[in-house]
Amino acid sequence: MIAGIDIGSRSMELVVLENGTPVHSRTLPTTFDPLSQCEELLDGIKPSAVVGTGYGRELVKKILERLHPQCPVSTVTEIKAHALGAVHWFPEARAVLDIGGQDTKAMSIKDGRVLKFEMNDRCAAGTGKFLEYTAGVFQIPVDEFGAYALKGDKAPDISAMCTVFAETEATSLMAQGHRPENIALGLHKSIVKRTRNMLGRVGLSSPLVFTGGVAKNPCVLSLLKKELGAKARLLVPDEPDMTGALGAALSALA
Amino acid sequence: MTQQTYRKMWETLDLDLDAHDGLLEVLGKFYGDIYLSQQGRLAGAEYLDFVLSEIHGLRILELREAQAAGRKIVGTFCVFVPEEITIAADAIQVGLCAGAEAGTEQAEQIIPRNTCALIKSFVGFKMAKICPFTESCDIVIGETTCDGKKKAYEAFNELTPTYVMEVPQTKSKAALELWKSEIRRYIAKIEEVTGNTITAEKLKHGIEIANAKRRVLQRLTKLRAASPAPISGRDALLINQISFYDDPERFTTKMNELCDELETRIAGGQGVVDKNTPRLLLSGCPMAVPNWKLPYVTESAGAVIVGEESCIGTRNFRDLVDESGTTLDEMIDALAERYMQIDCACFTPNTERLENVTALAKDMRADGVIHYSLLFCQPYSHEAMKVDKALQDQGIPMISIETDYSMEDVEQLKTRIEAFVETLE
Ligand code: SF4
Ligand code: SF4
Repeated sequence: MIAGIDIGSRSMELVVLENGTPVHSRTLPTTFDPLSQCEELLDGIKPSAVVGTGYGRELVKKILERLHPQCPVSTVTEIKAHALGAVHWFPEARAVLDIGGQDTKAMSIKDGRVLKFEMNDRCAAGTGKFLEYTAGVFQIPVDEFGAYALKGDKAPDISAMCTVFAETEATSLMAQGHRPENIALGLHKSIVKRTRNMLGRVGLSSPLVFTGGVAKNPCVLSLLKKELGAKARLLVPDEPDMTGALGAALSALA
Repeated sequence: MTQQTYRKMWETLDLDLDAHDGLLEVLGKFYGDIYLSQQGRLAGAEYLDFVLSEIHGLRILELREAQAAGRKIVGTFCVFVPEEITIAADAIQVGLCAGAEAGTEQAEQIIPRNTCALIKSFVGFKMAKICPFTESCDIVIGETTCDGKKKAYEAFNELTPTYVMEVPQTKSKAALELWKSEIRRYIAKIEEVTGNTITAEKLKHGIEIANAKRRVLQRLTKLRAASPAPISGRDALLINQISFYDDPERFTTKMNELCDELETRIAGGQGVVDKNTPRLLLSGCPMAVPNWKLPYVTESAGAVIVGEESCIGTRNFRDLVDESGTTLDEMIDALAERYMQIDCACFTPNTERLENVTALAKDMRADGVIHYSLLFCQPYSHEAMKVDKALQDQGIPMISIETDYSMEDVEQLKTRIEAFVETLE
């Protein structure tokens, strides 16, 4: 039984493999106490090996030392984990886009190996955080923000790249009388534009697998499809936010 | 020397003693974490540890004593200032490092916020009065390289006398002539500052000393091509950094000893890492003391750095000055020609650099290249894209990193570098 754990800024995921196939998965919010959360995540699991990934991958080592000191633990970066996870679902994948809570990554891959990757820098622009923050301005739960934005039909241009300035810009657009659905659509568009540039820098190959929590956002998905054009194939796994944890677990098999 | 003597000296230099203590503390902590924690270091690293531990102590004392004996101290920020001439005038040239975040708020009162960390740091060091090197200088030599520095020197000149050399923007014939005349103008200036006349004989001596220093650094580079890597990238960077402020002749002697030791190691098949460790070349902006962030992150991610394509690296020593000249004129020509070979990103076009980076990556048997540019550095950020393309054409992977001196992005840097290393394995 191999466990992959992905600790991100917003949530943490666990995927358990048996004979190379995922048999169990789980997610919990990271909160300010990731150690206890991760302990809970592993509750009842007796892994023979654990691989940590994500922002908090070093924490996984700490927890295992406490819970299962005999169990071998290693770490991989979220880049490699997402590539492995994506290829597991879609062996034909040539590129992966992951939009998570705190960062966005784009990579081109071949035969499961990462050829080139890009990540956003320390700024939250274009990440899940951006949507979470701006959804807050509309007082809409972030999970419903995409569906809400899809009701818009005419997106005003949002040029601010900074999350904080984008909020200011959204507020002033509201004051100018723009429909809130349209502003929401504009905010989604600005993310997709940024993402498209990042994909361009790694070489925009197809099929592209879209992973991470934001892949569940229907508005981002439809805008991205439009942006990439009819020729590109965009694939989304059933549980896009589990890709990192799955890939981490798979890395133990390689 | 006792700590007390040093404190007196720092007081005489009018340093802000509290702020300076703070800087030394950070420096000491960094050094402990990043350097002293390394396994299997060379015996020759003792010299590095000593020089660094005495960076604001013994070395400053030496400079003060030289000054008391009538010699002048010249501070520089760029490898374009010809040390040969400074030495010929019996003055001492030191590179003012500017590798730490200090005095930023003060600096931002006289230079814009979107200025690179290196410039902010040298202005900040001056304004916060924490750098004994800066405070010891009789004159500071600036140069017209990037716009950020050019304008910063105007502001700097209000704080301390700054003489600016005009570095051309292209490599045309006219540019070479301009640079020759700038070398002559510098000769006149340094003669005026020191009261010494530069003769052919003295300049020859200066050229020999500077070339000897370059040769030992070239020797080190050649030895680092060995696999497994015989010395860590961190130590090699430190050597390059120290070459800017220790006495050049002592430095050359000590480094030749260290290279002898390396040769023995290599002959015995010994390295600081094992043979399969991914080898990386750093390329881009200079890393001044104590800017060890990226090398540390890189070597902690399971890779080893085998070269630095930067001004605190190969750009500083790749080319020698032709030593065949006998008259002052011939030597000035040779100097100008040597300096105009520097492939700084401030030149347009600067295609030689693309060839040089690729060749160096191959010579050092690097598996990949980390291109490093400081945030807000236009010249090197532009060239990052060109270098990437040139390396790609040769099948050499590259990652482009843009950062500054702050520690807030260390986690993200770790992820990116580790992921890059994973792709090489
Ligand atoms: S990069 Fe250019 S400007 Fe900077 S030190 Fe080197 S030569 Fe001078
Ligand atoms: S790092 Fe770039 S911006 Fe800064 S001084 Fe050097 S060339 Fe200028």
